[in-house]
Amino acid sequence: MIAVAPDTDAGAKTAARGEVITRPAVVAWLRAFAAVVARDRELLTELDAAIGDADHGINMDRGMQAVLVKLDELGEPADGSVGALLKAVGMTLVSSVGGAAGPLYGTLFLQMGSAAGQASELTLAEWASAVAAGVAGAQARGQAELQDKTMIDALLPAVAALRAGAASGLSLAAALGRSAEAARQGMKATVPLVARKGRASYLGQRSAGHQDPGATSSWLLLETAAISLSAGTVP
Amino acid sequence: MKKLINRPEDAVKDELAGVAAAHADRLRVYTEPDYIVRVEAPIRGKVAIVSGGGSGHEPLHGGFVGRGMLDAACPGAVFTSPTPDQVLAATKAVDGGAGVLHIVKNYTGDVMNFEMAADLARDEGIAVESVVIADDVAVQDSLYTAGRRGVGTTVLAEKICGAAAELRRPLADVAELCRRVNANGRSMGMALTSCTVPMVGKPTFELGPDEIEIGVGIHGEPGRERRPVASAHDVVETLVTAILDDLPFARGDRVLAFVNGMGGTPLMELYVVYGELHRLLESRGIVVARNLIGSYITSLDMAGCSITLLRLDDELAALWDAPVVTTGLRWGA
Repeated sequence: MIAVAPDTDAGAKTAARGEVITRPAVVAWLRAFAAVVARDRELLTELDAAIGDADHGINMDRGMQAVLVKLDELGEPADGSVGALLKAVGMTLVSSVGGAAGPLYGTLFLQMGSAAGQASELTLAEWASAVAAGVAGAQARGQAELQDKTMIDALLPAVAALRAGAASGLSLAAALGRSAEAARQGMKATVPLVARKGRASYLGQRSAGHQDPGATSSWLLLETAAISLSAGTVP
Repeated sequence: MKKLINRPEDAVKDELAGVAAAHADRLRVYTEPDYIVRVEAPIRGKVAIVSGGGSGHEPLHGGFVGRGMLDAACPGAVFTSPTPDQVLAATKAVDGGAGVLHIVKNYTGDVMNFEMAADLARDEGIAVESVVIADDVAVQDSLYTAGRRGVGTTVLAEKICGAAAELRRPLADVAELCRRVNANGRSMGMALTSCTVPMVGKPTFELGPDEIEIGVGIHGEPGRERRPVASAHDVVETLVTAILDDLPFARGDRVLAFVNGMGGTPLMELYVVYGELHRLLESRGIVVARNLIGSYITSLDMAGCSITLLRLDDELAALWDAPVVTTGLRWGA
């Protein structure tokens, strides 16, 4: 079962002064994502079985379990940066997931980490820039465009929503909620599409009518972010 | 599922332990990350050749590590591409200062993992060229698909490029040669039975007792059509016609004809297939200048075969004939 996104943008409050995303909040997000992937492992694999090679849930779960081990190893250093944390997650995914999802999610976190830099906490605008850099990295790696029926269909609308939220002074919770909702709509929109990337592309028209597994795991990532990263802030 | 394994999750690990025990005189086997290196590597001034892919296609690629072929191979989990850290470690282990060629089969995961490894190796100052093999005519090649799958031509490219590297040809030349082999090679396969992935425990696809799959991929991917069992003569005619029409091959062309077993096919049947293939090519005025018959790029326990034709010129033929000493292919030395 996949959870339904809570309506976090009710009222779309403006940003509270000093709202930031801290390193512990990012760690909580990653732990929550690992739990969600473990819970929805079979569902992701079944979506993949319909149009791919039936290993997306297995591979993502193996990767996020490795990330949990890495998070324990890293602990909570006093001078820990968000960038270094995200890069470590990226390297762990790259070396543990395999298939196409490993390089794609690995690159996403590595590029996000580079953009996040040395700071130990990020404002919404800084966070939006980091996510945008990560998604651009994944897009360059997989060379997918919108409507190719891939994770990009969930990620690009989410980045746009996040940036718009930051630009218009939304609260952290509201902006994250809107980006998760944009990802959900992007994911749903993959159902009728004919795949043009990955193994599903060989199916041609037969790939239509199925929700893309990569777009689904990407929505889960952003959905978890909306819940975890704004915890403790005023929605 | 009946298999000669201990635990499904240990199949690749146990296989590598067996390879290490059997061939310590010519191979070094590393684990975590997993890769296999020829014992003489790195060889100063020689372009090194690295390949890899999911396990389950043996002897590809580890069985082709040795003099005249690969310097290193990176085995992934069964039917899952290796990860960049494996490929990076192998690349660093074999670079002799003349650069490294990555030979990659065209699957989305393989291409991306090798790309990341190449980027990381270049960051460390190693010259890397990558060539993607995409030769399976069963799959449509268009802007709207991930392109053709990489199959039998991979074996031929590894042999021919390995020979060129032994002659100390520079990296750009060896890469160009690899692209030429890819451009002139075409393959198509068929299955009599499915394969069974150890971790899955049941056949990858269902095939009735009287059905065959024409155009099957080496991971059990669907092909062009399912049809009733037919004679070797008819099967060969179907595969060869698709291959010949595609390049297209023309009267007077000299080819290397490669009949490959999918893992569960007796050599007897492969020779029946070869006999049909040879006769059919001759009848179309195509000269079989070289041949290779055996199970070299397999799909676990799948029964079936693939046919690969490579259009030869004098240079490719000479490099094919050059000595090779690996556990999977050996001649002239």
